[in-house]
Amino acid sequence: MDSPIATSRTRTGISTGLLAVYWLMASEIVIFGGLLVCYLLFRQRNPEWAEFAALTNVHLGALNTFVLLTSSLCVVLAHHAAENKQTDKAFKLLWVTIFGGLIFLCVKSYEYYSKFSHGIDITTNPFWGFYFIATGIHGLHVIAGMVCMAVVSFQAKAGQHLNRVELVGIYWHFVDIVWIFLFPLLYIAK
Amino acid sequence: MSDHDHHGPTNFWSKYVFPLDHKVIAMQYLFTGMFMALVGGFMAYAFRMQLAFPGEAVPGFGTVSPQNYNSLITNHGSIMIFWVAMPVLIAALGNFLIPLMIGCDDMVFPRLNRLSYQVFLLSIVVLFASFFVQGGGFGGAWTSYPPLSNNADYNLTPLGAPLWLLAIALEIVAFLLGGINFITTVMNSRAPGMKMYDIPMVIWMIVIACILFMASVGPLIAGSIMLLFDQTIGTKFFTVEGGDPLLWQHLFWFFGHPEVYVVVLPAMGVVIEIICTFSRKKLFGYKGILYTTFATGILSFFVWAHHQFVSGIDPRMANIFSVTTLLISIPIGEMMFAMIATLYGGAIQLKTPMLWALAFIAEFLLGGVTGIYLGASGTDIYFHDTYFVLAHFHYTFFPIAIIGTFAAVYYWFPKMFGRMMDETLGKIHFWGTIISFNCIFIPLFFLGMAGQHRRIYDYRNFPDLNTPEMQDWRIFATISLICLLVFQLPFLYNFFISMFRGEKAPANPWNSNTLEWLAPSPPPHGNFGPNLPDCYRGPYEYSHPDRKDSDYWPQNEPN
Repeated sequence: MDSPIATSRTRTGISTGLLAVYWLMASEIVIFGGLLVCYLLFRQRNPEWAEFAALTNVHLGALNTFVLLTSSLCVVLAHHAAENKQTDKAFKLLWVTIFGGLIFLCVKSYEYYSKFSHGIDITTNPFWGFYFIATGIHGLHVIAGMVCMAVVSFQAKAGQHLNRVELVGIYWHFVDIVWIFLFPLLYIAK
Repeated sequence: MSDHDHHGPTNFWSKYVFPLDHKVIAMQYLFTGMFMALVGGFMAYAFRMQLAFPGEAVPGFGTVSPQNYNSLITNHGSIMIFWVAMPVLIAALGNFLIPLMIGCDDMVFPRLNRLSYQVFLLSIVVLFASFFVQGGGFGGAWTSYPPLSNNADYNLTPLGAPLWLLAIALEIVAFLLGGINFITTVMNSRAPGMKMYDIPMVIWMIVIACILFMASVGPLIAGSIMLLFDQTIGTKFFTVEGGDPLLWQHLFWFFGHPEVYVVVLPAMGVVIEIICTFSRKKLFGYKGILYTTFATGILSFFVWAHHQFVSGIDPRMANIFSVTTLLISIPIGEMMFAMIATLYGGAIQLKTPMLWALAFIAEFLLGGVTGIYLGASGTDIYFHDTYFVLAHFHYTFFPIAIIGTFAAVYYWFPKMFGRMMDETLGKIHFWGTIISFNCIFIPLFFLGMAGQHRRIYDYRNFPDLNTPEMQDWRIFATISLICLLVFQLPFLYNFFISMFRGEKAPANPWNSNTLEWLAPSPPPHGNFGPNLPDCYRGPYEYSHPDRKDSDYWPQNEPN
């Protein structure tokens, strides 16, 4: 299918794809924002939640933060490579980023597993409810980002749609920033 | 880039079932919305008959059980808001008008557009499925307050409640996808020369509505996931023990109130277009209306707790929300005055679309004025949960979703289908609808003031509310509702006959300025042929003193 002429117009000076990613992020920010505000309201009224928060594994959380931030660096390098038309390099760097996402998910799965093995799950109380919902939705975003990146990587390798490397990179940064909010609020705050 | 001489798909499946053309997707939304309006109207008929003639079998439905009654009122509300007002006013009009009015060939993301409709259709399938599961459809009101909604022991619909919630969630996803597409299209794909203040007001209104929707629905999405888990796997977010049922009310109304403006703004935009065209006059205060709309949008995020004055919120908080609620009537009032000022001194033509537009102003005004009593926390304590609230709500939503939609359909029908609708049938439909609408809801104001509570299945169990006078008014309202439904027959006849047999419409039957009237009626695939238009001026240059030979000045004509 040919794209309509509408898609190629840029009245704002921002490319259409980029603009759409910004609006997508805006809608996601209110979703996560709403969830976190609910959590904070509960947290303020229930000081005893600090005891539950103490059971989260801060070291693994910190490791995951490091992994995600590093993968974000890789996607920036991939964007740089794509801008310089180094398609193979962009392809490889995107896959390094995907690998970072995979490590993140493995660590996360281990954390979930250890919670379950201690008899803690989503229904235990609202703290753990928020913990599993927030990290779970974030995890789904990580998976979605990885899938998009895999698709874009093959297009980039073929030299097509190189601008999409930037779009997927921006989305990946967003997923990263959400984690930067989740980590202190769920793990560190006692 | 594609070749500019679009021919479009010729195969039936790719043209009508899986279309990418914005106009076909708009028609899918329009027809789906009209069908859902009939479903919602039939539900209203069934439960109004139960109220007027309690316990008797309703022709065409059968006996209404208490569970049926709850499910009918819940789904009537949900359908009319989520599956009629939104798809018709935002999705159908937005899809049809945005590319045509800003002078481009399609939406920027046609496939996203198609996906949005498919998700929307799926949401309807899920909703209909919820009527036929064990326990029947959800009956906890469209507001779905916990603990009624999150505990199957209370609501008795173990499957209906989660399915209803899932249907709402899918509908929200469809509109987020569509909204991103709409906003991006208007921001990036306007005709060369179309500056910020040259955008037709209805397009502004649809875009602002999409932004409001996007900004307000996020917390409700989070809340819906929490509620869904409460219902299905036993989390305790909104339970009384350990959770907080009030939190849902905050999340719901933080969305629910801006939602009113999400649907009112497109209707206002439609009315503005029609009023300018049929009074042959420039819009009074374009920038004023635009800034007022921004102000309304921002204010609409600070009024939500006026729905919760009796839910045990802090009375000091209630005062603040009373003030913001009364404040928001100022920008809306200003818009109404600007519309009336546009009419003043114009050469008014009372064509059918104009009648609907004028009716919108009159009826919405009544809805707005009765809202003052509900926005003030003192009087609201008395009126809360009575038919006064219900009548007020319908005096705002009926003008928006029904009158606004009919105004738009009568006005853009020639563009949509290339034929004119019949004026006489249109006027019969108009007067029949408006008179019977008022006959339904004016009695309900009085019943509400007399203390008649909402959500009651059978008033015979409440001696104070079961007086013969009150019952007479209930019967009067129900008969008026039947009249209202019957008066939709001339419309349906007119709509479907005119589509095939109506008089051929010229490209610009109303001598209007905006770009959609430049395209042939109906517009072909690609809308404007090989050359897309440029824009040279604002959309409302009617009866311009510099233009001697005609009283309109299309946006695309060079000086």
